[in-house]
Amino acid sequence: MSEYLAIIIFLFVGIGLVLFTFFLSRLIRPANPYPEKTQNYECAEPPIGSSWIQFNNRFYIFALIFVIFDVEAIFLFPWAVAFGQLGLYALVEMMIFIFILLFGLFYAWKKGVLKWV
Amino acid sequence: MEIAGIFKYLYEKLASTGLSQAWVDIISYSVAALIVFGFLAVVALFLVWWERKISAHIQQRFGPMRTGWHGWLQTIVDMLKLIQKEDITPATADRPVFYWAPIVAFVAAFMAYVTIPFGAGLIVSDLNIGILYIIAITTFTIISLLMAGWGSNNKYALLGGMRSAAQVVSYEVPMVLAILSVVLFAGSLSMVQIVESQAKIYQWYIFRLPFGPIAFIIYLIAGTAESNRTPFDLPEAEQELVAGFNVEYSGMKFAMFFFAEFVNMFTIAAIGTTLFLGGWQGPWLPSWVWFMLKTLALVFVLMWFRWTFPRLRVDQLMEFSWKFLLPVSFANLIIAGWMKYSKWFNW
Repeated sequence: MSEYLAIIIFLFVGIGLVLFTFFLSRLIRPANPYPEKTQNYECAEPPIGSSWIQFNNRFYIFALIFVIFDVEAIFLFPWAVAFGQLGLYALVEMMIFIFILLFGLFYAWKKGVLKWV
Repeated sequence: MEIAGIFKYLYEKLASTGLSQAWVDIISYSVAALIVFGFLAVVALFLVWWERKISAHIQQRFGPMRTGWHGWLQTIVDMLKLIQKEDITPATADRPVFYWAPIVAFVAAFMAYVTIPFGAGLIVSDLNIGILYIIAITTFTIISLLMAGWGSNNKYALLGGMRSAAQVVSYEVPMVLAILSVVLFAGSLSMVQIVESQAKIYQWYIFRLPFGPIAFIIYLIAGTAESNRTPFDLPEAEQELVAGFNVEYSGMKFAMFFFAEFVNMFTIAAIGTTLFLGGWQGPWLPSWVWFMLKTLALVFVLMWFRWTFPRLRVDQLMEFSWKFLLPVSFANLIIAGWMKYSKWFNW
């Protein structure tokens, strides 16, 4: 278990070091905010409305396709590691698995989902 | 000269002081984390200067020349300036999200170095899930970009953040599949074992025809896209989005994004070296010198891309990934599986 300890320690040391540099710069930097300065940047014009808007649902569709293929990739990892001991049966079975998903990709392609407009 | 011996000596000194094993581990890992941080800071400062010099020479300019020999002090001076700059948070921003975005960006880039082998024995912790862990942890960069885009409450920043999320997500799958074909041959996820499976130069995965070079090229393209660099730098396209997700950032927070970007580029090159170019293996020179030489050569290739290729359009970018890279990388994986099964390589 002790090799995984390094991950936790790197997490805390990383956060700590960044917070430390923020603190260090806070000690020496000026701080003089006023309304004009803290306004959002929009090409030197006063910003119009909030930018927290509904965005194109294209992003959502790509995220969905990504989830499918990323989960597939996670399934492929144990297969790839153990492949040396598994032989032809595993190769054929994984090819069937990949082809079913590729069929899904081509379906999405023909439906025009992969087109970015 | 091998550096690993020094660390081993120090670790044994620490262990002989009579502390309990848990404390010895905690102290040694913390020291390792600080050393890695220092190393990355030096590397990032050097890479920023190097990128400026390379871009200048490609465009027949000189680049920074005034501070130090050929301007090598330039980035250090820049950093000293950035640390004194006022840190402005927009009044309408989502403050905690805005504050934590650069921290997440840096920590995600930094944590990958837990299991990157810098040389024979020079690895913080040889995790048995090595490469899977690195893929998982570097993907957190997307979250930081989204946090920066959303938290700034700025239209350019939001557009840049959304675009980069879509882009990184699209190129993640071909990249993972390219890495998988190497894992298939190495039969292990551990970075050290992957390097050890390429002891001779003809065993390097880049030279294992036909699947190796294809996987390497897919990895390099996807890696360029993952680190948001030209020709895939739409998230921060200066001409249309001013700077993308980091428009509203200033001072140290901006510096952290910049730092994380260069650390990410170094990570991409380091993983490419480990997986395809034989890692630290090489004759005559110490192992860490070979690792650095190969990694910096790959970094140079990434910089060369940046100053040679024009930027893609956003629809070209997405369709290239889903309609070309993804099918090719699946086909490549099946070819690699067949080669492994039929014992194509007898070495």
